[in-house]
Amino acid sequence: MEIGLIHYLMLATILFVVGVFGIFLNRKNVIVILMSIELMLLAVNINFVAFSAFLGDLAGQAFTMFILTVAAAEAAIGLAILVVFFRNKGSIAVEDLSKLKG
Amino acid sequence: MIASLSFYLFAFVLILSALLVISAKNPVHSVLFLILAFFNAAGLFVLLGAEFVAFILAIVYVGAVAVLFLFVVMMLDISFADLRKDSMQYVPLGIVIGGILLVEMGMMMVTWNPSMMAGANIAAMAPKSISNTHALGEILYTQFVFPFQISGLILLVAMIGAIVLTLRVRPGTLRQKIADQVHIRREDVVEIRKVQSGQGVE
Repeated sequence: MEIGLIHYLMLATILFVVGVFGIFLNRKNVIVILMSIELMLLAVNINFVAFSAFLGDLAGQAFTMFILTVAAAEAAIGLAILVVFFRNKGSIAVEDLSKLKG
Repeated sequence: MIASLSFYLFAFVLILSALLVISAKNPVHSVLFLILAFFNAAGLFVLLGAEFVAFILAIVYVGAVAVLFLFVVMMLDISFADLRKDSMQYVPLGIVIGGILLVEMGMMMVTWNPSMMAGANIAAMAPKSISNTHALGEILYTQFVFPFQISGLILLVAMIGAIVLTLRVRPGTLRQKIADQVHIRREDVVEIRKVQSGQGVE
């Protein structure tokens, strides 16, 4: 059976839903929530590259690289905030994070 | 045949490792399964003919982002068992929302068919005669030069932000302050006194 665009779209959908579900499953652990966000961004990247390949348009691959940049920046800033928060509070539980405001 | 088989293999391992990322008890295992998921996604990109993005994914994600996660997970001394204690109460809500999302996207995919105009709206046609990396380089530095510069700025801001956030001056440690050393003047530190013979300096 030939692998078409629809297979890649289904794969990306499942991966995205797994990422969404991971946020609910690990409501308290910020690190795993960040990893779930990475999974969702990976699903978006798979969509971009699949459409790029099947339409013969390189713009999708170029935008995949921009998404990679933003994801790397997001992970770096998120983990830096996490380290500073842990230094001040000694915990990374999400319910304590509401103290970040102000 | 081989192509279909490798697609299913990569896709299966990708979904499986994604599920293990979100369900592993130990976050170190989560990070390692995340690395496995990235490698399988890179394999899928190679199958699609996007070699450059595949290797960027392996280098940037596995080499930088996942290792950053690994560092933070291992550096913070956290009881992860406490964080998981009553996380099961959100699972029904997650299943409902995830299921709704899955059904909606599935319905969209079943009814969707590509526009007739899709072929006419191509932003950057993939050339057949040159390699993927070559073609991507040619559009990245011409057609997409402003987004490319902006992504560089985003990385700069992220770097400065991460340094500013995590920098701290610890009290009680001695540091060399080069600016103070350079700006010191003779009058601040040297005092000339006339000392009579037979008397000391008070």
